[in-house]
Amino acid sequence: MTHIRLEIQLIALVTAIACALPGAFLMLRRISMLSDAISHAVLPGIVIAFFFTGNLNSPLLILAAAASGIITAALIELLSRTRRVGQDAAIGLVFPSLFSIGVILIARYASDVHLDVDAVLLGELAFAPFDRIVLGGTDIGPRALWVTGTILAINVSFVLVFFKELKLSTFDPALAATLGFSPVLLHYLLMAVVSVTAVGAFDAVGSVLVVAFIIGPPAAAFLLTDRLSMLLVLSAGIGACAAVGGYWLAFLLDASIAGSMASCVGLLFLLSLTFAPRHGMVAAARHRKLQRRQFTRQMLLVHLLHHEGSPEEEIECRCDHLCEHLRWDSRTSSRVIRSALHDHLIEQNGEKLLLTRAGRSTAREALSGTVPAGSLV
Amino acid sequence: MLAVQASGSFIGLDFTLRTVALGAAVLGVVSGTLGSWAVLRGRSLLGDAISHAALPGIAIAFLLTGQRTPLTLAIGAGASGWLGAMLILGITDRSRVPHDAALGLVLSVFFGVGMVLLTFIQRLPSGTQAGLDTFLFGQAAALLPREVIMMLILGAAAILATVVFWKEFKLLSFDPEFGRSIGLPMRRLDFFLTSLLVVAIVIGLQAVGVVLMSAILVAPAAAARQWSNRLEVIAPLAAVFGAGAGVTGALLSASLPHTPTGPTIVLCAGGIMLVSLFFAPGRGLVANAIRMRRVRRGLRDLGLLEDLFTLARKHADPLHPHRTAVLRAMTSTPETVSPGLRHLEQRGWARRTGPDSWGLTPGGWEAALTRFGPNGDQQPGRNPA
Amino acid sequence: MEPLGGEHRSGSEGEQEPSSPSRSDLSVEPRAERVERSPDNSLPSGAAGNTRPAIEIRDLTISYRDQPVLWDVDLEVPPGVLMAVVGPNGAGKTTLIKSILGLIRPAAGEVLINGGPYQEHRKEIAYVPQRGSVDWDFPTSVLDVVMMGLYAQIGWFRRPSARHRAAALDALAHTGMADFAGRQISQLSGGQQQRVFLSRALVQGASIYIMDEPFQGVDATTERTIVDLLQTLRANGNTVVVVHHDLQTVPEYFDWALLLNVRRIAAGPVTAVFTEENLRATYGGRVPWSHNRTDQSFVSDRSDPSGQTPG
Repeated sequence: MTHIRLEIQLIALVTAIACALPGAFLMLRRISMLSDAISHAVLPGIVIAFFFTGNLNSPLLILAAAASGIITAALIELLSRTRRVGQDAAIGLVFPSLFSIGVILIARYASDVHLDVDAVLLGELAFAPFDRIVLGGTDIGPRALWVTGTILAINVSFVLVFFKELKLSTFDPALAATLGFSPVLLHYLLMAVVSVTAVGAFDAVGSVLVVAFIIGPPAAAFLLTDRLSMLLVLSAGIGACAAVGGYWLAFLLDASIAGSMASCVGLLFLLSLTFAPRHGMVAAARHRKLQRRQFTRQMLLVHLLHHEGSPEEEIECRCDHLCEHLRWDSRTSSRVIRSALHDHLIEQNGEKLLLTRAGRSTAREALSGTVPAGSLV
Repeated sequence: MLAVQASGSFIGLDFTLRTVALGAAVLGVVSGTLGSWAVLRGRSLLGDAISHAALPGIAIAFLLTGQRTPLTLAIGAGASGWLGAMLILGITDRSRVPHDAALGLVLSVFFGVGMVLLTFIQRLPSGTQAGLDTFLFGQAAALLPREVIMMLILGAAAILATVVFWKEFKLLSFDPEFGRSIGLPMRRLDFFLTSLLVVAIVIGLQAVGVVLMSAILVAPAAAARQWSNRLEVIAPLAAVFGAGAGVTGALLSASLPHTPTGPTIVLCAGGIMLVSLFFAPGRGLVANAIRMRRVRRGLRDLGLLEDLFTLARKHADPLHPHRTAVLRAMTSTPETVSPGLRHLEQRGWARRTGPDSWGLTPGGWEAALTRFGPNGDQQPGRNPA
Repeated sequence: MEPLGGEHRSGSEGEQEPSSPSRSDLSVEPRAERVERSPDNSLPSGAAGNTRPAIEIRDLTISYRDQPVLWDVDLEVPPGVLMAVVGPNGAGKTTLIKSILGLIRPAAGEVLINGGPYQEHRKEIAYVPQRGSVDWDFPTSVLDVVMMGLYAQIGWFRRPSARHRAAALDALAHTGMADFAGRQISQLSGGQQQRVFLSRALVQGASIYIMDEPFQGVDATTERTIVDLLQTLRANGNTVVVVHHDLQTVPEYFDWALLLNVRRIAAGPVTAVFTEENLRATYGGRVPWSHNRTDQSFVSDRSDPSGQTPG
């Protein structure tokens, strides 16, 4: 029994990593929702291929599904190219229609076979280890593991081989085109990879949760790093954590494995969103607070510098004026003034504040630091 | 109103089917109207996310109350759909995560949580999840009168609200910043319009389900957009299209064996969209192609006129005929010369002088003079006749 | 219509003290013809006789996230001037006007409109956003867009009446767009779009007009129409603030200028503040004159006798 548990986790893990790799590029290219579209729209491809082969395990099914994934991407592209609908509307039109065709085909012509829409949508990971490949009398492992493993290998080699091109065409498609990489070809290669991944993952986790694995981990990783290679590694890692964590969550709650994994993806994203060192909510809030403190001090210095020697200096540079004109409450202003006095940036002369030499140069620095020198219209 | 009319024409149908058709009509009217705003604001996929995000709410409502009355489930669906929508807007606003990734994330995670909750419901002693999984694909065919009544009330309220706040929503969709500058609470209006979208989705979930709901929002609106350039026409037309798709789909699926309602409605809506995309006057692709062809032909004819004019200027007699072969040699598209000459003849600018020779008419000479100038160096269009 | 030639003369005659501070000095210049432009009663008129500044900005500091975009800006815009806001990209021009409109909360300082906070004087101010800020494929008509300027006046739950429609048509007539009232907005050229936006501001009947680059990408006819309109508005006593990119035309079109680069470099009558020194301070040494114009002589005639055009 532990054997089977291990195999389930392994399948999930491999699937998660396979999904995260193309997912990172989809996110950076702002086309994450294409994964949602493709993972739904492969259904008619599977159904039609099934009609031809009569075998749910035929590798032809994966090819047909991948083909219908690419067709989906192409249809969406074609529809939004007409400029009659936006890209988001094109996605929202194409995939439900294709999915509907798939559902109707199943309901009308294949209701007696084991091709359950629920299974496509939700996956049946718990049963995956029971479908095994037996080669020459020896059991070489669950079929799903071989399928997802192959897909992982494809995805890893895709990213390794085309890393440079993917990077360039993601960040600067125009430059990529002039350098001779075809962004269009790469786009469809990526779509093919996403399609194959979606189909392979489908068996294990179902189409909606493929979307969770494709979009979630890269989104969480995006908050943790600014480097593409790191983004890929972290996405894969987060996906793997969600897969294993999700399995155990499902085990504890005795609930849907796929659902638990998606919940785990959400949980990890939430953690990342809150606690990411630079882009997380907490860090951002702390950073803002720090900046605000520094900024208020700069504001004080700049204000004093601005009115230094001017006729209105007597009024503008008084403590009580600062509260009024810089819109500070008395607590803020006294704190700022105290800290600036402490650092010898200003001097107090009765009610009037004067810049010291150090204060003056700090104020100038603050000003010049923000002036985009020589920028042209 | 529309729904009532629609039901009127189905008096002959049996009671269940009438209920289903009425429900589908209400669904179509409301989705068409609210979908128009979503499509025009570039938020077509928000509906997809909201409908998926509604699933955990439905499960929780059932777990808490133990009932599956339409109102309880609708409240649950609405609450969690709304929460999902706000999360998407919040994540997009407050972090560097792109909008579409936020959409997909909320969509799939909420759906996953919903599935976990559904497994709890399955284990309840009260037995079945009793129709909860109909929310996946919807069961328009199993709509009950009380459910249709609820859809009718919610839908009427949502449509009334859009009518009342029509001009504010229009401004919100077109130029929200200007709206703020004249003092209208744009952010609150945005929340409100998004909430109305949630209501439309809640209405549709029971009938077409979580997965296909977004198509009922997008397709009628996108179709209606092709027929008109006026919001005041688009939204009602989208409602009509939505109702048409709903009723046709419901009736088709009832009359064909083993044909689920939700997907049939979606395909009907998709069909309306396709027809509109191609055949709508003005924006339609066919009309556009015809227009482009006419423009191209006009330019080609003008080029031919210029060639004839060039030849004519070299002759003492401007009306002297020239051989077609010469004209063919002057253009990069020789195959267009013969039909082009016939067009010029129709306009009275050229005349056939022999089996293979053509010349300008006096009218053609004048036309060319005004267009290309006496030296033939003016750009046509700069100096239109 | 004002002959363009007068402006070139004004450039060469502008040898006078660049520090003429009061507006009365302006009236001896040829440009003052514009000040005398007869008021148009059908256009909104402001309170030029008012001594209160139309816009008063005190110690305004604004930061986006952590980056200060405006540093401690003070500004007084007297009523009845036509002011250009000039500065390089990223100088905070758009930020400044958005803060005047109450669209951005300042980190410090305040903005007063006709002596009071924005919320109380919202009706006295009209905004013309950048043309590119909206989707021109939106399914609505020209008249509808112009009427949007009245939505706040019309109020909740009410529809525009015949009176509002007439007001919108009237505003369209002032920009030469009356014939386009029923036109779908996607069928307009860039210049026509800009004129529609201008009409939408006119219909508000405000006394202060804030415009973000109204000349961006418009044709010559539209530019002329807009300039005439701005000057008529000014002649009627309204205050007009325009974010402007083309330094060449500043002295020709405007009588007041703000040179801005994160902080205020200079503000006042164009004759006083539009000096090469100030421009260099604003643009960090390289002044971006546009080279497609023949009258490149303004600043060099005036303050650089060697005739070198900074570039």
